[in-house]
Amino acid sequence: MTNSIEVKDLTLNFGAVSVLKNMNLNVAEGEFVVLLGPSGCGKSTLLNCLAGLLEITDGQIFIKGQNVTWAEPSARGIGMVFQSYALYPQMTVRGNLTFGLKNARVPRDQIEAKVARAAEILQIGPLLDRKPAALSGGQRQRVAIGRALVRDVDVFLFDEPLSNLDAKLRSELRVEIKRLHAQLKNTMVYVTHDQIEALTLADRIAVMRGGIIQQLAAPQEIYNRPANLFVAGFIGSPSMNFLHGATVDGGRAFRLGDLSLSLEGYEGGTVGSRDTVILGLRPEHLVVQDQAEPGVTIPAMVELDEPMGADSLVWLKAAGTQMSVRVPVERRMAPGTQVHLKVDMAKASLFDAKSEARI
Amino acid sequence: MADAALNAPARSMTEARGTKPKRALSGRNIMIYGTLIMFSLYYLLPLWVMVMTSLKGMPEIRMGNIFSPPVEITFEPWVKAWSQACTGLNCDGLSRGFWNSVQILIPSVILSIVVASVNGYALTFWKFKGSDIFFTILIFGAFIPYQVMLYPIVILLREMGLYGSLWGLVLVHTIFGMPILTLLFRNYFSTIPEELFKAARVDGAGFWAIYAKILMPMSLPIFVVAIILQVTGIWNDFLFGVVYTRPEMYPMTVQLNNIVNSVQGVKEYNVNMAATLLTGLVPLFIYFISGKLFVRGIAAGAVKG
Repeated sequence: MTNSIEVKDLTLNFGAVSVLKNMNLNVAEGEFVVLLGPSGCGKSTLLNCLAGLLEITDGQIFIKGQNVTWAEPSARGIGMVFQSYALYPQMTVRGNLTFGLKNARVPRDQIEAKVARAAEILQIGPLLDRKPAALSGGQRQRVAIGRALVRDVDVFLFDEPLSNLDAKLRSELRVEIKRLHAQLKNTMVYVTHDQIEALTLADRIAVMRGGIIQQLAAPQEIYNRPANLFVAGFIGSPSMNFLHGATVDGGRAFRLGDLSLSLEGYEGGTVGSRDTVILGLRPEHLVVQDQAEPGVTIPAMVELDEPMGADSLVWLKAAGTQMSVRVPVERRMAPGTQVHLKVDMAKASLFDAKSEARI
Repeated sequence: MADAALNAPARSMTEARGTKPKRALSGRNIMIYGTLIMFSLYYLLPLWVMVMTSLKGMPEIRMGNIFSPPVEITFEPWVKAWSQACTGLNCDGLSRGFWNSVQILIPSVILSIVVASVNGYALTFWKFKGSDIFFTILIFGAFIPYQVMLYPIVILLREMGLYGSLWGLVLVHTIFGMPILTLLFRNYFSTIPEELFKAARVDGAGFWAIYAKILMPMSLPIFVVAIILQVTGIWNDFLFGVVYTRPEMYPMTVQLNNIVNSVQGVKEYNVNMAATLLTGLVPLFIYFISGKLFVRGIAAGAVKG
């Protein structure tokens, strides 16, 4: 596969503050990449650099093999969709869609055809002669997508496009964006802080923190095999349970106080004996049972259960740490009950406490 | 009351509800309206005297009752003020000054607003290195007294060959309007979301296209405010008009002064009053037609600093 976007050693400083540090990123043709991270991690900044709205300090950006590092935004073959829609308020929907085409001096009949096609794909035909003020949030965002669509660009850039919508509309439009991607097969780069959006939409997710990509991988890979402690804690709701302990017996067991767990079946690198490691267990990968099995279960005491409709979340105290476990909703557990949590080592993650990297 | 309510429960639907209506003539209202009326009278009195005096003949004025309405209404003072009053050797009244003022006003207003709005636009969206310092220096200009700069500007205009010409005065008005107008436009533009500007750039619009096609149509209120500020400011200007132009180009204010302050012959109070009212009509007219937009624009421009 050819690369649609290539970022080479990109660095961006605002004065003395380094916002993006020596970043490298390749996005394949037709790929959907989501930039995910907490506020201030540099994900929107990276997108603005790709769009050419920010001048980078160092490095190079290629789009479709062309070096566009210093090209104008309009010359990069990109379309951008913004969080606040950014529709031109004094123009009709049609005016909004055609503004870029008119700037590019596209012939009138072609403009008509492109607008008609975009209106059909996005189902905004009846809205064409309205002003943005007369549209709902979802309609506005659809027009904003249309503005990128009419320009026949290779790359779509989305900057938190669904953050201003309510929960129901957000999930509807999320599906629509996914459908759009399947239909158009354009390269898409999508910035969000919502991990559900990231997990559902992305071919690959780039989890960012402090201007650095922490992990770039497929959603399942990120979810099951997080590259470091930050990614593990950031992805998943409720968050992954972390047990601070040590590995003993040349890496065959995890020990925390009296507790000893066999590391048999762990999928990762050579563990070895380490003094400080962190064992990460997702709430949905633990099974609650009444019997203890030495080396496989953790004794725990129920503190609270939260029924959540489809399933219920149980908070427990185990090995001096608060842990959460997802259980079927029928299984109600009274506070104070003693139970045992069965660990599936194949789905667990081990991190070195010092480097925070996955072992 | 309680009995009545019990006996006629059906009536309760139609009975009055909510808080008791206030009487129109409460003590509070009398206080408020009384004060307001008194202040309005106080401020309207000079206008009343001017209008009445301008409609009287000289014999009636000499009788002294300045507050009384004219016994015999005459429009002759208005005609005289407009077309016959003498300043020096010219006896064609204020009309010459009026047209001079119009000639000064129109290019000054257009030029100063175009320059200041582009300034504000560039300082908001196209920040360059040192743009904040540039803005600070520009704003600082608003606090320097005009008198300090009078003479240096005379020299400057002379060197440029513009001294005494209409364009020299236009240039002076443009420069002196710039600090406050730039501030006004910058503040207004900074309330416009930056994403809109970014979207326009992605759409391939350049510096001027974004200004003319995106921002200008969105910023009508602030342009109205700027027009009002500039029209009244430039129309009422006396100092620059008298310093930087020649007598045949004097604006209306200077000519008004020359008519009112002429020392020869009798003081024609009625003509003076009519001339003053005529001079004040233009700003007054502007305020009346654009009052609502003015308030809206001022409020919008004042939000962010």
